[in-house]
Parts: sequence; C-alpha cells; structure tokens
Amino acid sequence: MSPLLAISDLSVTFVTERGQVQALDGVSLSLNAGETLAVVGESGSGKSVTALSILGLLGDSGSVSNGSIEFDGEDLTKVSVQRLREIRGNQIAFIFQEPMSSLNPVLTIGTQVAEPIWLHHKKSWSEAFEQAGELLQRVAIPDAVKRLEDYPHQFSGGMRQRVMIAMALACQPKLIIADEPTTALDVTVQAQILSLLKNLTKEANSSLILITHDLGVVARYADKVAVMYGGRVVETAYATELYKNPQHPYTEGLMASIPKLDGDPGSTLYTIEGQPPDLSNLPSGCSFNPRCPHAQDKCTMTKPTLAEVAPNHKRACFGYER
Amino acid sequence: MSEVTLQAWRSNSLLAFHRKMLRDKPLGGIGGLIFALFLFCGIFADLIAPYGMNETDMRRVLQAPSLAHWMGTDHIGRDVFSRILHGAQLSVIIGFLAAGLATILSIVLGVLTGYFGGKADMLIQRFVDAWMTFPDLVLLIVVVSIVGPGKGQIIIILGCLYGIAGSRIIRGSTIAVRENMYTHAAQSMGATTLHILWFHVLPNVMPVVIVLFTTRVGAVILAEAGLSFLGLGIPPPVPSWGSMLSGGGRTYMYVGPWLALAPGLALTVVVYSINVYGDALRDMLDPRMRGR
Repeated sequence: MSPLLAISDLSVTFVTERGQVQALDGVSLSLNAGETLAVVGESGSGKSVTALSILGLLGDSGSVSNGSIEFDGEDLTKVSVQRLREIRGNQIAFIFQEPMSSLNPVLTIGTQVAEPIWLHHKKSWSEAFEQAGELLQRVAIPDAVKRLEDYPHQFSGGMRQRVMIAMALACQPKLIIADEPTTALDVTVQAQILSLLKNLTKEANSSLILITHDLGVVARYADKVAVMYGGRVVETAYATELYKNPQHPYTEGLMASIPKLDGDPGSTLYTIEGQPPDLSNLPSGCSFNPRCPHAQDKCTMTKPTLAEVAPNHKRACFGYER
Repeated sequence: MSEVTLQAWRSNSLLAFHRKMLRDKPLGGIGGLIFALFLFCGIFADLIAPYGMNETDMRRVLQAPSLAHWMGTDHIGRDVFSRILHGAQLSVIIGFLAAGLATILSIVLGVLTGYFGGKADMLIQRFVDAWMTFPDLVLLIVVVSIVGPGKGQIIIILGCLYGIAGSRIIRGSTIAVRENMYTHAAQSMGATTLHILWFHVLPNVMPVVIVLFTTRVGAVILAEAGLSFLGLGIPPPVPSWGSMLSGGGRTYMYVGPWLALAPGLALTVVVYSINVYGDALRDMLDPRMRGR
C-alpha cells in the first residue's frame, strides 16, 4: 500500500532581511492512512514549517526549493493554487496552536464551523449550519445546538480548541495536521483534547500529524515519531521502538531530560548543553555536533544521512560506541 | 480589536448601546440625540415645514421670530424655519451620500492596500500622502470652478477628497486584522482571498468604519456649507445653510440678525453634535480610552 503522505527530500528556504535561511533541509517523512505521526523537536527545528509547507501556507517569504510532497497521488508542491485551495480544509485540515486567536471574534461559532462545509461541499447555508451543530455535539460541547449562536469569547480555551477540532473534522479530511494543539491549554484540559482528537480521527479513519515538543504526548498518542533538529529529521521510528531504543544522541538527550516518577527527588534534571542552532548560521557537518556528547571529528565535517539501523527505524548519525 | 469591546458592541442592541452611551458619555449621548433629530428633520422636511421653501410673502418681510414664524422671515418674506428644515434635508443628503462614498472609497483602498501590501501599497500610499498635503479648500475651489456647482459634483468631490485621505485609517486596522491567526486559519481551510476579505477582515474593521463615517458626515456638511457660502456649492434657490448665511444672512445682518443666526446655529449644533457623538462612539469602542 502506498503511503497517504510521502514527503521526500523537502527543502524550504525563507528570504529574510539577513539573507536566505534554510528552514528545512532534506526532510523525508511518510504516513499511512489511519496512522498518527508525531513530529517532535524544539522551537526552530522546522516542525511547523514542515506542516505549513504541506498546505502551501509558507507565505510570501518562504518557498519550497527542493523535494516533493506526495499526497494521495498528487505532488502538492506542483499543483495549482486553486487545487491547493480545494484540498485545504477538505482533504487536509489544519489545527493551529492558539485556540484563543484562531477564531474570528465577530462571527458566531456556528458560522465558523459551517464555513468549511459551505466552502467545500456546496451545501446551502442552513444545511451547513445544521451539520455544524452535529459536529459540535461530536466534540462533546454541552448544549451544542444552543451554543451555535454564541461568540468565541463566550468559550473557554479548551472549548475553543474543541471548536477548532470540529472545524477540522467538518469535511471528513483524510489528513489532519495539529500544530501543538494543546500548548496553550491547561494540563488537565490537554489530555481531554488529545484523547478527543485521537478518538475522532480514528473514528473517521483519518491520519493525524501531531506536532509537539511534549514527549509524554508522543508516548500516549502517536504510532510513529519523527524527531527533528535544525531543519532535518534526525530519527524516525515507531513510538514504542523509539522509547525502548533511542538511537540518536539528541533523542537520547530528550528522553533523559524527562523527569522520572521513580527518580531521586533531590537529583538535578538532565539537560542538553548549549542552545538550539541558528538556522541562518548552522554548524558545519551534523548540526547537533556542538551539543553532542559523542561528537567525533567526522561529525564536524560531513552531514550524516538518515539510514536504517533496525527495521523501520532510521537515524541520521554516524554512530558511536556506547 | 479587543474582545471586551466587541462584546459591548455585539451583546447589546443598538438601542441599549445608546442608552449606555447616554449614561457613560452624556455629552456624546446628547450629541447622538441631536443628530437623530437632525436626521428626522432632514428626512421629513417636506412634511414638517410649515411653509414651502420658496414661498414668498411680500407683506411679511424681515419679520422677527414669532409664533407664526419661529425663526422669522427673510428679505423676501420666506419662512426661515422652513428653509432651515429644507437646508437640513440638503445637508442630510449631501452629508450621507458624500460620507458614504468617502467611506466606501476608504474601505476599498484601505482594505486592499492593507491586506495585500507590497509595491502597489507603497505606490498608492505615497499618492495618498501627496493628496493629503494638498489644502482641501483650494482643491475644492479649483474642481468646482472647472465642473461647475451642483449637488452631484459636490458629493463626488467631497467623497473623493475625504475617501482617499481616510483610506489610511482603514489600511492601518486592516494590517492589524490581517496578522490575526483567524485569517491564516481561514486560508488553511481553503477560503479564497475574496472570502477572507469579506468574511473575516471587513467585519473586524467595521467599528473603525462606523466611527470614520460619523466624523465624515460632520466634515462634509461643514465643507458643503463653506462652498455654498462662497457661491461654489448648491446654486439658489435651494436653501443650503451655507448660502443662507452668505445671501440674506450677511446683507441684512443688522436689520434681521436671525437670518444669520439661524443657519449659523444650525450648522454649529449639528456638526458639534455629530463630532461629540463620533468621539463617544470611538471612546466606547476603543478599549484604551475606556474609563477615562
């Protein structure tokens, strides 16, 4: 079975006042129908740019300089703007990280949930509105039909993110991309939202790309994981495999810095030394080498490529003795 | 646009909003009432006016205000009160049409340049800069002396004059709205640019548009009176407040001061009330001005 989404060797550059910045450098990812892929990395690692480039939403300053994004047999880097518009919201839906500002404050919730249905399914406004009520029910908003007439400021952050999920599900997309959907929410609400998202995507047999920097989220909700660093994918594997057997020193560092329930309460948490790299001035060779505890001479000279170390488990590292 | 403000604007009906204005901003509230009265007079001038606007009565020339003629009569025996009401009608027509034209022009120019930005924005806004440095009155006099006086000309000229300058304000708030997440969200949902402009940008710049419109109505009425005073506005015998001032008003100022006082006061009160109403509107819609 060919994958639903296959990103291969994708490079994205942004033109800034300080010159060109390469935000993505040869990113490859693949995702089958019904799977959940978590993209993990720190700020500036390229996770959001990867997601935005799938929908062609890089803005005026960014452009895909190399590579392809195959979605359901179409290369999204080559299709027309019009075709992209048909795909957006209809086949691929996007959930942004700020539920507080992602909803238009002057339109009712019902109008906004009905909007994608109206845009793509050419249904009458009243039909779309009715469907919006059903969607709000599915995302477990109490008194859903009554609340269609409410405005965003009458909803809490968690409720708004439920509305965003309802909007994303509106056209039964094949793929949902959620860019840090719970970052702005309370910890207790986070779990509810993620479970809801996971269950509803499973019900609809949609695939999900979950962009996050929270490894706890990954462990619970993802099938596959891609770890990103400095605009490159440094390790991909199935979630269970990655937790048992992290192969890249960066992934190891991330794992080691999670506080353990059975750890000594007085011990200092592990941290990865140094700062995330400046994308306009990446270190030569492997961009992780200045922070890597196992860096060798080779690492500062050539870039390691993503290579298989075990079945379905790839890493971009020259390897080291443990 | 802050949420609190929008809440106040939305959750209350228009009537409740103005009741709140009367309580919190009494001056603006009273301004609003006077403005409403002026509108009423303008719309129903033909029904309210006790005499026709050009009904002369040579037996009653230059009579002081009385019960029969509330604002007296002029030098050819016309009822000044009736003429003021008909003048209000003219002011309402010109005020609303020219301010409406100006606002639409501002929205089109401002929203498009603000949303798209880039080179076209640069070019158009430099043109607006140049336009704004030009003195209004000089431009008006030049254009009117070329195309001649008349209602239509005045509306188009004033509409363009204020519309182009006002586009800067709409552009500013469009840029602010454009950067909001919900416009990006709409894009990610597959909305066309036109849909985003109409559905997401326009409703969010609406509070600014409302305030811009009210202040423009006052400015346009004043500008029309100024032109008519100079004889460049609406040709007689249509009673414009400006030409009433310059015609009978100035010539018979010492014999019948009410001839100058009536249109002068009408202008002052109406423009002042519109301005304080516009100010109060802005204050109530702008969160930074709240509670002052």
